Amino acid sequence: METIQTTLGQVNIASIIIFFLFVAVTLSITYWAAKKTKTTSEFYAADRSISGFQNGLALAGDYMSAASFLGIAGMVSLKGYDGLIYSIGFLVGWPLVMFLIAEPLRNLGKFTFADVVAYRLKQKPVRIASSVGSLMTIIFYLIAQMVGAGSLIHILFGFPYEIAIIIVGLVMIAYVLFGGMLATTWVQIIKAVLLLSGATFLVIMTLAQFGMNPISLFEYAAKKYSDAVLSPGGFVTNPWDAISLGIALILGTAGLPHILMRFFTVPDARQARKSVFVATGLIGYFYILTFFIGFGAMVLVGQNIISSFDKGGNMAALLLAESVGGQFFLGFIAAVAFATILAVVAGLTLSGASTLSHDLYVNVIKKGKTDEAGEVKVARIATLIIGTLAIFLGLVFKGQNVAFMVGLAFAIAASANFPSLLLSIIWKKFTTKGAVASIITGSGLAVILIIFSPTVWVDIFQNPEALFGLKNPAIISMTASFLIGIIVSLLSVEKDASEKYEDEKLRTYLGIGAE
Amino acid sequence: MGIKPERVKEILQSPQFKNLVQQRLTVSISLTIIMLVVYFGFILSIAFYKEFLSIKIGEHLTLGLPIGIGLIIFAWLLTGFYIRWANRKYDKAVRELRNEVLEN
Repeated sequence: METIQTTLGQVNIASIIIFFLFVAVTLSITYWAAKKTKTTSEFYAADRSISGFQNGLALAGDYMSAASFLGIAGMVSLKGYDGLIYSIGFLVGWPLVMFLIAEPLRNLGKFTFADVVAYRLKQKPVRIASSVGSLMTIIFYLIAQMVGAGSLIHILFGFPYEIAIIIVGLVMIAYVLFGGMLATTWVQIIKAVLLLSGATFLVIMTLAQFGMNPISLFEYAAKKYSDAVLSPGGFVTNPWDAISLGIALILGTAGLPHILMRFFTVPDARQARKSVFVATGLIGYFYILTFFIGFGAMVLVGQNIISSFDKGGNMAALLLAESVGGQFFLGFIAAVAFATILAVVAGLTLSGASTLSHDLYVNVIKKGKTDEAGEVKVARIATLIIGTLAIFLGLVFKGQNVAFMVGLAFAIAASANFPSLLLSIIWKKFTTKGAVASIITGSGLAVILIIFSPTVWVDIFQNPEALFGLKNPAIISMTASFLIGIIVSLLSVEKDASEKYEDEKLRTYLGIGAE
Repeated sequence: MGIKPERVKEILQSPQFKNLVQQRLTVSISLTIIMLVVYFGFILSIAFYKEFLSIKIGEHLTLGLPIGIGLIIFAWLLTGFYIRWANRKYDKAVRELRNEVLEN
């Protein structure tokens, strides 16, 4: 068996210094942002002062999680080509966000995507249903990120899991609580720049070992292992599984509440459009880098060593960093991974808090009648609730297999949030009952089917056979959500809603009256 | 700037506005379909026809790699194509219509 000298798991001074520097800089930004965060529009949407380019960076920061950096690089390093299916799937949802969602969302909404779904429907039932879809997506995503953060930091820095969770939780709460969307946006921007430059440098150092020739890197991988690493293999055995996963990935992006919320931070639809273009370019570039990082780790570190640290391969990128750049570079990449998690959980928490305060408290309980100061206060309390919940869930799910939860979050986003949002934007006859039925069907089916799927029913509950054959439910749950939404709407004509659709067009297409 | 209410109905029913809505829907739906077809073409070939992506184009290199990277670049170019259309044509039409509805 191959052996390697590594300092992974020991206290890395470079890493700790860089990480504390990141926290110090971001907390100073939070202090600056706090002074500019007094009204609701400032708290939820940075007073719509973010430019299209900045928002593109921040969207990329929100989307490129540690799971995609470490997880995909790891999968590619262990499974070769099959890992790339994820890289590609996570990107191709972005053009759809641009073509179908970004501009109408920006024009019709105020702070959350539920504003758009509920725009011409009955506020109370639609807000409640949308909040269920939103909160489920956010909470499953949060659990996966928090548990990942705890284990990652434990391996990287040697801190106990619990301490890691609490540090991440407290810093993230500080960003959102005091600095609102403005601080969260800048945290995302800094993190995106760090992650993109770190990954770029890692790829350059790796390719330097192959005479700067990427083809030679791939050829080496095939020579060292087998030609199979460059072809799709047994990872996706059931064709329906591949299709269902594909649906969740491509349509889920357009239903992630923390991503959708970012479109309210720019001044108008034109900037919203520009931000998707920038984000797609950056995220695409990043996922192309994961190809090289994964294969680089496969060749330079070796599959045995990678899987001896973590069966899923999550340490591949870090081991590669140490192998090509030494201890200091390992420290840098480790700190970047930590910052990445911190930024993503901050974005999720802000979005969860907005759902609680703006959708549920203000629009359902108070029926839209609150004053500015009151709503900001409620939003801050909601931040504390979601932040504490994230810490609590991180502690409760310690040691559990939570990898499936990102898939579940995407499945719910694709099956509950996306269908109701799209139908409310493009279909005149969509009704309140249709929206509620569609969201309940989509989120309910996604959760039930994933519990019965091989991932949970067999791998976690240790049952011999799964009750539902597919690992990802999206093909069924999304289709059902659209069908039920359409059928129920056709059966429950809502004259008010379809009349408002015509007037709404002025705002959807021309941006007149947009906030 | 206020809205001229008497003009709103007129604008909504004007051929220019209807044309604008129609154009936008055509462009966004066509581009969405192109993206879905290309992506699910890739997914279906993984699901049912792996041999295609395994075709050798070098000593070891397979067709799957350039196709994978190409797919990401294609997705981005598609957003670029949309933004070019929107900035040049759509925004111009929007500005003209807005000026008719809004008082200066």
